[in-house]
Amino acid sequence: MTSTRSPQASAGLSREYPAGSLAYPHRDLLGIGQLERHQILYLLDEAEQWVDLNRQPSKHTDLLSGLTIINAFFENSTRTLLSFEIAGKRLGADVVNMHAAQSSVKKGETLIDTAITLNAMRADAIVIRHGSSGAVELIASKVDCPVLNAGDGQHEHPTQALLDALALRHALRERGHSADDFTGLTVTICGDILHSRVARSNVLCLTALGANVRLCAPPALMPAEIEAMGAVPFHDFDAALDGADVAMMLRLQTERMEGQFIPSAREYHHLYGLTMERLQRAAPDALVMHPGPMNRGVEIDSEVADMLDRSIITRQVEMGVAIRMAALDVLTRRTRGVDGWRENISGGEQWV
Amino acid sequence: MRQSAPLTIINGELVLPDRTEKGAIRVENGLIAEVGLAGPQDGDEVFDAKGKLVAPGLVDFGVFAVDKPAFHFGGITRAAVMPDQNPPLDYPSRVKLVAQSGKPDLWVHPLAAATKGLEGRELAEIGLMKQAGARGVATGRRWISDSGAMLRLLQYAAMLDLVVVSHAEDAALAGNASATAGDMATRLGLPSAPAEAEALAVSRDIALAEMAGARLHLRQVTTARALDLVRSAKARGVKVTAGVTPAHFMLSDLATAQFRTFAKLSPPLRSDADRKAVIEAISDGTIDVIASGHDPRGAEDKRLPFSDAEPGMAGAETLLAMALTLVRDDAIDLVRAFELLAAAPAALLDAPCGKLETGKEADICVIDPHKPWVVDSRKMEATAGNTPFDGQPAQGRALALFKGGVRIG
Repeated sequence: MTSTRSPQASAGLSREYPAGSLAYPHRDLLGIGQLERHQILYLLDEAEQWVDLNRQPSKHTDLLSGLTIINAFFENSTRTLLSFEIAGKRLGADVVNMHAAQSSVKKGETLIDTAITLNAMRADAIVIRHGSSGAVELIASKVDCPVLNAGDGQHEHPTQALLDALALRHALRERGHSADDFTGLTVTICGDILHSRVARSNVLCLTALGANVRLCAPPALMPAEIEAMGAVPFHDFDAALDGADVAMMLRLQTERMEGQFIPSAREYHHLYGLTMERLQRAAPDALVMHPGPMNRGVEIDSEVADMLDRSIITRQVEMGVAIRMAALDVLTRRTRGVDGWRENISGGEQWV
Repeated sequence: MRQSAPLTIINGELVLPDRTEKGAIRVENGLIAEVGLAGPQDGDEVFDAKGKLVAPGLVDFGVFAVDKPAFHFGGITRAAVMPDQNPPLDYPSRVKLVAQSGKPDLWVHPLAAATKGLEGRELAEIGLMKQAGARGVATGRRWISDSGAMLRLLQYAAMLDLVVVSHAEDAALAGNASATAGDMATRLGLPSAPAEAEALAVSRDIALAEMAGARLHLRQVTTARALDLVRSAKARGVKVTAGVTPAHFMLSDLATAQFRTFAKLSPPLRSDADRKAVIEAISDGTIDVIASGHDPRGAEDKRLPFSDAEPGMAGAETLLAMALTLVRDDAIDLVRAFELLAAAPAALLDAPCGKLETGKEADICVIDPHKPWVVDSRKMEATAGNTPFDGQPAQGRALALFKGGVRIG
């Protein structure tokens, strides 16, 4: 097999990948759990060109011109929906947003019927967010086009983990790090781990890229046997932060909680809020991340969130568009008949 | 349907209450007349078992649907049906209707709803339902979380000498969980409850049953800790029995990978350590009953995201084959297998069957214990094919089935 070099204009790094669709032999992007390390790196490298484009005054290509992308969001979302919409539009696709209120489309066959309906409209890619774990895979099994998971229940949110990795990579490069993965880096993720799909996808993605991941939450918000996923659980935030290179803060997902998990926001801040003082425990110059939306004064103090040199929260948002452009580009290559991507890959992952 | 002429089943490997032996069995007027080496008499109908197993018909304790084709496929001649029907079996006339629903070729023994609407609060008319044909009282798919109500129920059932069938999962701890807390539930992001929810419920139910002097049957006990509680309660003489379905000794929560809703059960599948503990409990006598928990569910209940799907499996067709795997694995012998599948559940129901003994009802199953087949959810006799064993090879099939001496399958 021949191999191709991925465009890596901004970094000057280059890594070799299997040719054509063997670089990413999946029809869908359903979860980080289904990706190999080199497939994650491939998506990150592919996104670099879109980071560059997005920084130009004119941010438009006609790569996906004529294709229809449906954003089917069964759960409320502002930033992820917007990010996917911008990504699709910058690539020249026709983007349609479907807001399916969770209440009206929750039951029974309706979800399958919705999938069949979307399929009948001949979408070229469908982006789905749903409140139940596994719902996106269920829909993917019923449609003929690529499906992107924009968050399913408490299961996965793969584009978030990829954009976090890309934002982290850029920040590290600016500091002179040359590696394109995170070997040796310690990342502490603190917050409502139990209800967080972002945490699960990030644990899978960061550990695949070589980072040591620490998770920190009160016991009731820490899922059972999380060690099996390769992360180290903590309940004491100070200990979890000790010497960490990155602190990623998550909000409390009160909308998913049944019963009381935390006595009060004030008390949560006392134990798990990222304050300037607490940040001193981390490595000097440690980076601060947050997938948003932030609850300032609860899990993160404003002065920490707004640190120009250490907080990369807004850069995460920026990278989100680039990652989603890369995902849409890669997943539609077969439809577009791009060289090396036309072959039927339904047989799956024979080279992986 | 009455037996017209006496029947002799010859050349069988008889599964008797204490041993297996080659021989024949003679049936007259629907009852077993002679067991052993008796030859057919003049005028007898003769069935040649050709060396296969001749065993009691299975008594399936705790099914959710009366699904005759599936039961007959699985060698089941009697079933105790759970009160979770629509409407629930909380009223004497409904119990009476169900009690007659399967006759003559399948006998259905209704379990009366313990509480009105199965809501776990007010006692239903258990005495009248007993008169209408109920052979036990069941809490339904859910646990009765009000301990006061449970104690009164146990006392009342003890007075009427009815067994109380409980679903042992602590309601507050289980909440809306659809999986057992652990690696699998964490990876899949499923709402989960700790396995200890079962031990908590079992512990309370045993304490109350002991106090009330009631007969308690825990329909499914699936965790090591809860089985230890049952074991020690039995040792001190509490009238407690325990059951399980093949899913919990064949599968662990790994079967829920890819969000397979056919593997969504109640209680949920457990860790592999618990699965092994169930097999051990079957071997040592802690578990008394293996039942199918037959609950056929169509696409509208199962083709949903995992946590929105209904729990339950269509188990009647695979019950026999899966129980026979325990025999092949030397966990139990054949005699014990049919004690678990027929004699013990018949005793719970106080039904005169479940054993090949003179005077018992002639519910007989002829079985090839080695016949290989593949479970295929698309080709099942049940009203729906929601089996967690889909695609799995199995061994052992019912070849012929007799209810009261009459061949029905």
